[in-house]
Amino acid sequence: MNDLSAAFGTAVGMIAAGDAALAAIVLLSLRVSFTALAIAALVGLPLGALLAVARFPGRRAIIVALNALMGLPPVVAGLLVYLALSRSGPLGPLGLLFTPSAMIIAQALLITPILAALARQVLETMWEEYEEQLRSFGTGAARAVPTLLWDGRFALLTVLLAGFGRASAEVGAVMIVGGNIEGFTRVMTTAIALETSKGDLPLALALGMILMAIVVTVNALAQGARDTASRWAG
Amino acid sequence: MALTVRRSIIAAAFALAVAPAVVAQERSITVASTTSTEQSGLFGHILPIFTRETGIAVRVVALGTGQALDVGRRGDADVVFVHDRAAEQRFVAEGFGVERRHVMYNDLVVAGPAADPAAIAGSRDTADALRRVAAAKAPFVSRGDRSGTHAAELRLWQLAGVDPATGRGAWYREVGQGMGPALNTAAAQNAYILADRGTWLSFRNRQDLGIVVERDARLFNQYGVMLVNPQRHGHVKAAEGQRFIDWLVSAAGQRAIADYRIGGEQLFFPNAAQAEPTS
Repeated sequence: MNDLSAAFGTAVGMIAAGDAALAAIVLLSLRVSFTALAIAALVGLPLGALLAVARFPGRRAIIVALNALMGLPPVVAGLLVYLALSRSGPLGPLGLLFTPSAMIIAQALLITPILAALARQVLETMWEEYEEQLRSFGTGAARAVPTLLWDGRFALLTVLLAGFGRASAEVGAVMIVGGNIEGFTRVMTTAIALETSKGDLPLALALGMILMAIVVTVNALAQGARDTASRWAG
Repeated sequence: MALTVRRSIIAAAFALAVAPAVVAQERSITVASTTSTEQSGLFGHILPIFTRETGIAVRVVALGTGQALDVGRRGDADVVFVHDRAAEQRFVAEGFGVERRHVMYNDLVVAGPAADPAAIAGSRDTADALRRVAAAKAPFVSRGDRSGTHAAELRLWQLAGVDPATGRGAWYREVGQGMGPALNTAAAQNAYILADRGTWLSFRNRQDLGIVVERDARLFNQYGVMLVNPQRHGHVKAAEGQRFIDWLVSAAGQRAIADYRIGGEQLFFPNAAQAEPTS
């Protein structure tokens, strides 16, 4: 209990002091995870919607693969990105290894299957209700995708939050491809891992509390936006 | 040729997709180094001095020595700064590094629980102490991660004439992690452990552990620095990397290293003037 209260005190103290290094780490965490989320959403949500409405050979196999990839271990995603981006790998000439871009790629790779699989689940239920109506208007499966995405936007917000949660909580992949370089690729989770390995458990826990506070804030803002928007819509 | 062209087209398309996220125009080098130099706070002390003098930012990726050398082999760092002389000499001999320079040494210590089941506290003979740990089958935590400290530990077991693998799964516990996590494990299990003094001094979660063996000449731990061979990896920032190496072995760099202290205790002892033995 003593450790917990010490950690809480440290966390409050660091926030109150407006520690510049901490602020930079927090901002980088948000930038990396939100960019990864945006990329993953651009790919994953349309893919999920397409799988919900279209029927084609191999569809079931893709769904099974996406569901399985939701469990992709971050370390494995990190290793794949590492080998691809390494100077000795196929994308080596870009020189992206040990940069924030590499971390964005790794997180996007990790959460795209999550967004696609969850979006498919949510939209398939909607599609069962809408299918007849849309078909009577002569709307094909391809045209139905944007309609479904728009009408399902509130449900999809939860899907996006799940993706953001996974991205911002992840440490294995960003440690490998980012290298936890101070002032350049150090994010909240790798900073927590570093302080843990230095044996400074109260500081590690304090950073963990700050990360949790950020995630709660993001979720509360999203919930608020959703409530406001649905009032306007309704 | 066609393959290279295709590769660079893919690479360019990819760059357009993700590059806007990073634009780092400043001069910088990437240094693959060890957890002991990073986590002890040495880099936090000396790198700002170097950056102030030269305008070159240094990005440190802290890994075990074996991993750091692998990062250099793949061309993912400009400079490698580690502590396992045999492995470093192999790195240079294989043509991955240009020239190895002595930089500094620190020393290793054996830490152990206050109860001291192997009765080795105060010893200055590490080989004998390890023999007694093995005889008592007292828990011993090994890094087991091909780091410089791990390599030193294995050499010491050899000197002791003990094959610790026989105790694997029982008293000899390989954690496969960095110095800090290994110390956390040893503290939780009341085990003996070989640690570098720098990480030990800055480590906060010691619980019942204290130093039991130290100041044995065999516990000296030499650090070397090498530029990754630009002839093998054309993108290596050879000029900036060499500047960093030259600074480390210069009077200013050596003074910066000697000045770093934790609680009044000097952690790293510069010895760049000492010539690299040819053997």
